[in-house]
Amino acid sequence: MSVDAGRIRAIYRKELREYRRTSTIVATMMALPVGVATFPLLFVLSMPTSAAHTLQGDPLIVLLGIPALVPTTIAAYAVVGERTQGSLEPVLTTAIPGDELLLAKALAALLPSLVVSYGVFALFALITTVFAHPGVAAAVLSWQDVSVQILFTPLLAVLTIWIGIAVSTRTTDVRVAQQLAALAGLPILLVCYLVAFDVIPASIAVAVVLAVVLVVADLLGWRVVSVAFDRERLITSTR
Amino acid sequence: MTTLTKRFGDRVAFEDVSLEVGRGEVFGFLGPNGAGKTTMVRTLGALIAPTSGSATVAGLALTEENAVSIRDRIAVMPETPGLYLRLTVAENLECFAGLYGVRDPHARIAHVLSAVGLTDRAAEPCGKLSKGLRQRVSLARVMLNDAEVVFLDEPTSGLDPEASREVYEIIQGLGDRGVTVFLTTHRLDEAERLCHRVALLNTTLRAVGRPDELRARLFGAGVEIRTRLPLADPAGVFAGLPGVDAWEQQGPTTYLLTVSDASASAPEAVRALVAAGADVLSLTQSRHSLEDVYLSLISGDTEQGEP
Repeated sequence: MSVDAGRIRAIYRKELREYRRTSTIVATMMALPVGVATFPLLFVLSMPTSAAHTLQGDPLIVLLGIPALVPTTIAAYAVVGERTQGSLEPVLTTAIPGDELLLAKALAALLPSLVVSYGVFALFALITTVFAHPGVAAAVLSWQDVSVQILFTPLLAVLTIWIGIAVSTRTTDVRVAQQLAALAGLPILLVCYLVAFDVIPASIAVAVVLAVVLVVADLLGWRVVSVAFDRERLITSTR
Repeated sequence: MTTLTKRFGDRVAFEDVSLEVGRGEVFGFLGPNGAGKTTMVRTLGALIAPTSGSATVAGLALTEENAVSIRDRIAVMPETPGLYLRLTVAENLECFAGLYGVRDPHARIAHVLSAVGLTDRAAEPCGKLSKGLRQRVSLARVMLNDAEVVFLDEPTSGLDPEASREVYEIIQGLGDRGVTVFLTTHRLDEAERLCHRVALLNTTLRAVGRPDELRARLFGAGVEIRTRLPLADPAGVFAGLPGVDAWEQQGPTTYLLTVSDASASAPEAVRALVAAGADVLSLTQSRHSLEDVYLSLISGDTEQGEP
């Protein structure tokens, strides 16, 4: 499949400009990560050194809730937002195919999601290193856990972006789309918590399996959402 | 287009529409609300698929396979400008220049902004512009890709007379450059002023032709005569005149003759009036408006459509 880089760049740049100037999106993207990161941070900071040896589960995994939730707020706006403000039809009158439009919007949603997710993780790591007991910091910030964080952040973000965009193409109200997309992201958050609290034991095998599942889901997401993107329905239907 | 039809389930948007629009023509599509004009634009713009029938747009058959190529050759201005209100005028145009694959977008944007008189507003957010200015940005957008065919859906909807006049000038400029313009409107003065030919649509096509052709076809030619005093025997004056098909008195001293050829009948009428001793104040060729044509063809439908 060939895509036109110029058209994708045009939508990508436009989306980023809109994000920067939409205060509700910026505020939501800042508030959600704070809500997700506060509990594990307090947990880690309050742990005595002796607890580092008996630490079960992985509080760092909870931070993966950020790429599981943050992208939905902007991805869910992607199509229905343009539809409600009337700017979707002019775009659809151009030669851009649906799959290119969706890819451009997904890439635009991915960049701020990664910046926020990695940014909060870096801040978490910094505070843990400086303020937690050294033994606890070393146990929490092990290379395996940091690797999981680096690898799974984009994989989860891409999946939740496709979920958000899929919801966005099938709804007529921005708020409903954002709520539905957030709901759809909750199972991912649940899995993160189950791993964090050792209900699902973290192991390399589990990580590899989950990573493969996510890669496949990310690739399929583009195809599935592209097929569901019905130009005629988006223009003519009020449902 | 040949017998082009679009239905949404049981609802017919338009049906069996057959007509041809020539290259470089400014063509008006008139009709009341709900007549199918916007759906026609969306169909010809390869945004939605026709239910049946066929059409050729910008030299390409209107098929799903050709949809992207057709959209590459045309430009569509929807009824609402649909601008990104948080972005500036230039940023809006920059986005669409990228979508159209315009080479040297900055020069092109400067050119179209100049064409619509918005050069000095390029850095302003579209959300701060008046409705008329937004409409001009929307027109600038359709000029970006040098389209062969431009579809304009109600381009002056909601604009005041001055803003409408500015939009007319831009549309006339498109026509002068040889762009085929397909204009939908329910403003008859707009169609009369801008369009070479018009079509009247109310789900089905009611008439196609130049405005003067439609007038002649529906009403024939007319000569209006005003005299200083009422004629004592108007039937005796007008009834036997060559080329006069009918006559009627429209006021105490005003008479309307229905004629086949006004230039031949008018001198005959003057001679007859002078012979009858009448003082002729004026003799003019009466002109039915496009509104008369529209109402004659459409108003009956409205009445039929009512429960």
